[in-house]
Amino acid sequence: MLSTQAIENIKKAIAKYPTKKSASMDALMIAQKECGHLTEDILLEIAHLLDMPPVQLNQVAAFYTMYNKRPVGKYHIQVCTNISCSLLDSEHIVQFFSKRLGIKKGETTSDKKFTLSEVECLGSCGTAPMMQINDDYYENLTEAKVEEILKTLK
Amino acid sequence: MEPNLLKNINTPDSHRIDVYIKNGGYQALPAALKMQTDALIQMVKDSGLRGRGGAGFSTGLKWSFITKDPTIAKYLCCNADEGEPGTFKDRIIIEKDPHQLIEGMAVACYAIGAHAAYIYIRGEFDFGARRLEQAISEAHQKGYLGKNILGTNFNCDIYVHKGAGAYICGEETALIESIEGKRGQPRIKPPFPAQVGLFAKPTVINNVETLACITHIINKGPKWFASIGPEKSPGPKIVGVSGHVKKPGLYELPMETPLREVIFTHAGGIRDGRKFKAAIPGGVSAPMLTEKDLDTTMDFDGMAAKGTMLGSAGVIVMDDTTCIVKVAMRTMGFFRHESCGKCTPCREGTDWTYKVLHRIEHGQGKDGDVELLEKLCGNIFGRTFCPLGDGAVMALRGALKNFKEEFLYHVKNKRCMV
Ligand SMILES: Cc1cc2nc3c(=O)[nH]c(=O)nc-3n(C[C@H](O)[C@H](O)[C@H](O)COP(=O)(O)O)c2cc1C
Ligand code: SF4
Ligand code: FES
Repeated sequence: MLSTQAIENIKKAIAKYPTKKSASMDALMIAQKECGHLTEDILLEIAHLLDMPPVQLNQVAAFYTMYNKRPVGKYHIQVCTNISCSLLDSEHIVQFFSKRLGIKKGETTSDKKFTLSEVECLGSCGTAPMMQINDDYYENLTEAKVEEILKTLK
Repeated sequence: MEPNLLKNINTPDSHRIDVYIKNGGYQALPAALKMQTDALIQMVKDSGLRGRGGAGFSTGLKWSFITKDPTIAKYLCCNADEGEPGTFKDRIIIEKDPHQLIEGMAVACYAIGAHAAYIYIRGEFDFGARRLEQAISEAHQKGYLGKNILGTNFNCDIYVHKGAGAYICGEETALIESIEGKRGQPRIKPPFPAQVGLFAKPTVINNVETLACITHIINKGPKWFASIGPEKSPGPKIVGVSGHVKKPGLYELPMETPLREVIFTHAGGIRDGRKFKAAIPGGVSAPMLTEKDLDTTMDFDGMAAKGTMLGSAGVIVMDDTTCIVKVAMRTMGFFRHESCGKCTPCREGTDWTYKVLHRIEHGQGKDGDVELLEKLCGNIFGRTFCPLGDGAVMALRGALKNFKEEFLYHVKNKRCMV
């Protein structure tokens, strides 16, 4: 069940558009921020709020990479491995995380704290190699910097 | 050249409206509101401004396609999807100088008769989206947005629409579908968005940097704008440089600047005393160039004459340690991931091509694989619904054309040349 606050925020999103359906992307993200990932129940609830056939909303949720259809850790580490980052050895950053956290890319640690993913270009190529953890960008990464960042993630 | 678009980015609190106004902001909007819309569109035409989103289409001309019928609702969409790998220019405007964009958008809305605009920002730019929301609310408070702007009868609202990780939504019709709350799959053109766009209404889609140019054209005049750089590609241009250079970053330059100067003067040359090998001039869809092409100027026509494109002017520089097969594989991996799946040549073609590149890169290439790649390119190019498929092919052909021996070496010797 979504909180009243989340439903309030979804209603605000609806007000931006001439059609309710347009708020589906905002709604999915609002729900995801609250619940971590999108379950069938949540999708049904949103579809109902937006007067949308559930299959249509499911298609939207499935199409976009940022909607988590499966649980992810408290911290979702997303390392960019597109060309500019790859040229500056982002693979090494991925491997370093892998070693430090004991998981392969695509996996979540058993304590549900970290999920490690490789992602496409995040529009920060001038400060490569870089990554995003939840909403925040971390740039010009080195092993030492990654260690420091890991210390701040409680 | 004195920076225009990037003028404010190093000023403290440059994202706040007071700072923007103190530095000369919100003078273009009042001036524009005193003009007839036809004259305003003519001014943008006269400036020679060409879209900074990749295709380089005349902005004034695009605006002029919108019907003047006041009974029909119209929309402006700002393309802030910035997904082309190697591109990081719009983000800086959004985060550091959002009012430059918002003022440009308000002017554009007035010119085309739109009362609502959406900024389609990629979902990962969460910080940027929050900056935009804040800037929009500041502009409302000061009366630059909302009802009866600056005492005129012009009303305009700007909304932020967040994407959710799909490169294809940078394509203008997929972007429209996405704002409508659907999967981001391109529409057939025609009808063009200027006739049937967002919510089936006439719509203009412009890139962030394009819209950021507008205030400068009004404040300094179309002649000033047209006098910068080549006659057919005028105005300041933000060039982003990444990869193996000493000083990666953004440089605002006239488009007559040769690629050599971009890499070796502005970006400080190649790192660690290595040698230059190749550069992708405008995001990964643009075919790569080599040493022999370094004197090509960073403009639409100069790049087109070399079989590549200015695209987003995101220059990716590679030194002599770079394995081109690996770059090609990673690039095709990107297109394969981002193919929206609507048409078979793109969906199947990028997947197959990636698999062939993957086996070549991993020492399992077979005789004939390079020819197979060329054949696959031929089966995709020109047969897809939108330009994503062509972009994938152009990128791969660029690598094959310049570095065929590297691919053949990989196949034959099961390892890399470099
Ligand atoms: C696959 C694909 C991705 C695109 N991505 C972007 C993008 O991220 N940002 C952008 O401004 N234009 C992008 N474009 C170009 C847009 O379709 C459109 O031409 C542009 O936003 C028009 O704005 P302009 O005239 O101001 O350049 C993309 C095009 C294609 C085919
Ligand atoms: S070319 Fe690719 S991205 Fe474009 S419509 Fe076809 S499948 Fe989708
Ligand atoms: S390639 Fe990594 S941010 Fe662009």
